[in-house]
Amino acid sequence: MKFINYLEGITGISIYPMTSLLLFVVFFVLVALWVIRADNGLIDHMKNMPLEKDSID
Amino acid sequence: MELERFSYDNRLPKYFAYATILWGVVGMLAGVLIAFQLAFPFLNLDMAATTFGRVRPVHTNAVIFAFVGNGIFTAIYYSLPRLLKTKMFSKVLGNIHFWGWQLIIVAAAITLLAGYTTGKEYAELEWPIDIAITLVWVVFGINMFGTILTRRERHLYVAIWFFIASWVTVAMLHIVNSMELPVSFMKSYPVYAGVQDALVQWWYGHNAVAFFLTTPYLGLMYYFVPKAANRPVYSYRLSIVHFWSLIFLYIWAGPHHLLYTALPQWAQSLGTAFSIMLLLPSWGGMLNGLFTLRGAWDKVREDPILKFFVVGVTAYGMSTFEGPMLSLKNVNAISHYSDWTVAHVHIGALGWNGFLTFGMLYWLIPRMFKTELFSKKLASAHFWIGTFGIILYAIPMYWAAFRSYFMFKAFTPEGQLQYQFIDIVQTTVPFYIMRAVGGTIFLLGTLLMVYNLVKTVSKGSFVESEEAEAAPLAKTYAPTGKRFWHSVIERKPILLLVMSLLVVALGGIFELIPTFMIKSNIPTIASVKPYTPLELQGRDIYVREGCYTCHSQMIRPFRYEVMRYGEYSKAGEFVYDHPFQWGSKRTGPDLARIGGKYPDSWHFNHMLEPTSMAPGSVMPRYPWLFRRDIDVASTNSKIHAMRMLGVPYEEGYEAKANEDLMAQADKIAATLKTDKIEISSKKEIIALIAYLQRMGKDIKAEPKTTDK
Repeated sequence: MKFINYLEGITGISIYPMTSLLLFVVFFVLVALWVIRADNGLIDHMKNMPLEKDSID
Repeated sequence: MELERFSYDNRLPKYFAYATILWGVVGMLAGVLIAFQLAFPFLNLDMAATTFGRVRPVHTNAVIFAFVGNGIFTAIYYSLPRLLKTKMFSKVLGNIHFWGWQLIIVAAAITLLAGYTTGKEYAELEWPIDIAITLVWVVFGINMFGTILTRRERHLYVAIWFFIASWVTVAMLHIVNSMELPVSFMKSYPVYAGVQDALVQWWYGHNAVAFFLTTPYLGLMYYFVPKAANRPVYSYRLSIVHFWSLIFLYIWAGPHHLLYTALPQWAQSLGTAFSIMLLLPSWGGMLNGLFTLRGAWDKVREDPILKFFVVGVTAYGMSTFEGPMLSLKNVNAISHYSDWTVAHVHIGALGWNGFLTFGMLYWLIPRMFKTELFSKKLASAHFWIGTFGIILYAIPMYWAAFRSYFMFKAFTPEGQLQYQFIDIVQTTVPFYIMRAVGGTIFLLGTLLMVYNLVKTVSKGSFVESEEAEAAPLAKTYAPTGKRFWHSVIERKPILLLVMSLLVVALGGIFELIPTFMIKSNIPTIASVKPYTPLELQGRDIYVREGCYTCHSQMIRPFRYEVMRYGEYSKAGEFVYDHPFQWGSKRTGPDLARIGGKYPDSWHFNHMLEPTSMAPGSVMPRYPWLFRRDIDVASTNSKIHAMRMLGVPYEEGYEAKANEDLMAQADKIAATLKTDKIEISSKKEIIALIAYLQRMGKDIKAEPKTTDK
């Protein structure tokens, strides 16, 4: 008996991995775009959040 | 603007920290016990509750959900209010969360040792506990989102994104993977079977690693590393890219746990591709953590906390490099079912989760008690002992994996397998001993920490709450710079939640749906029939005793596996397996085709005294199976439940199931009698023998056709 990939025969199965890759690329580009264009002041503000003084005493 | 005064509660973080320490020690103790059991089987003590198959799930669940779980909650209950400049939303919910979670842990330990298990790794807990987990998780979620919605800081720091994504994804994974049909109180069957069950399970299993052991701890890293080093994270921009690509990619990678199995090829490839891509965001995160310490390396030399963080984050880098490599099919052929996987997860668990937790505790406890750490020297000693423990744990396991791989695939010039399975087991035992010693050393380091922290607590005085003040959120938001769409998301936590859910759900949908939609396309093999009632009872015993923790039921299409175990496994063979029992580790041989390989008497003697049939075996003895009667009262509801799940037992078969059961049991008892073994046909061992003798035999009845 030969090794058969049982689900290979479904029509258009390649659409699933292709769509997933495409989705990721689009998504990644959008995030990268924002990151590059983000305001420096905002980034600095967020970056320093953990270091702000916790309590007043 | 008027400043508002409020206070941060330290009581719950303290409780969670104590629970982290307690369950850490318990989980590691269980780990040390099972590690020694593999080398010295007498340590199984001949009792059901202390046998490897039951203690191993206690170890994994304790470390993941009790130790790391409480570590996550410690970090969140401490950092979230401070990052958002508000108090936690509700003390009552916090208390329910804390005590509920601890109660679940206790219930889990008791029920797992008592043999109540679903047989799905890291999701072993039975349905009533699954429901309790869901409820407590919702309480935790309300408390977290309540806090976020009443915040005084508009922007959400990246650590909080990780917490949100972790919460929502764990909720989704837990619910989807725990879909099970209760048969009785504390017994259920998963609604999925065979290949589908395997795919859902490893989609869950892999992402439990991702969203329980990784993303919340990245949140922890992004908060506590800057705190301890007193400098901001290296690149906040990188952290954003890191966050989104990590949660996007992680969810797709699950099928890499099923390479070379009967899972459809395209799903395997998808898992591999996304696993390799995952290397980039993972390393982005690691480098971001390490570079945070740029220019502060002199501090690392002095400060044991930073030492823990540096090695912890490095261990993260190592295991996230190793992970993608292991998902390559040719590498996976070596690592799967071997001790390599065990080494891999322990680099993560001991190094990444362990050391990050230790670093956090050493930083946090003195602060909450307004004092200095009792002894920096002891903490430094802990660091070195722990590091040595990890090395001594991992190296023997890597060595053992390669050694056994070469032995497995060795053929004589005549084309016969060169080594018996038992030969390989015996040469692995010394490595098991070294590993157990490594684990013990790691535990000793942890005990040193317990002593150090107890001393710290006793010399300090607890600060129940810390006063703080901040301006309330302005009603309208005026951005400081240019606006862009992401700034909208990270100001709106609910939108962030929805986006995160969308991103992780996509992966799940694309991966799972095709396998489910085309259910009819999994070729049903005509000769594959449902289990008989006795075999079904035997299978439940197999699940109960955790046989899957050491035995796989999945023969891969390799020459050395087919020659050793028989014909490789086909997807259609598992259509009635609720749950699937493919396993993930072969401490013992594969059992997919054990049926008919040995006589009944062999199994009888082997379960009673494994070394009598396989000298040198490290398998535990199972004397209780020879004393306990088969639970025939449950047959009726089990058959009924199976039919509801689509197993084609004829209508009304429940009524005569036990008749068939007894007839088959009597037959086995009679066969045993011819081998001079006297035993009542009512005993559990008879059912187990029936199941073992059935396994993998169905396709042998398939009419032979000529290959094209």
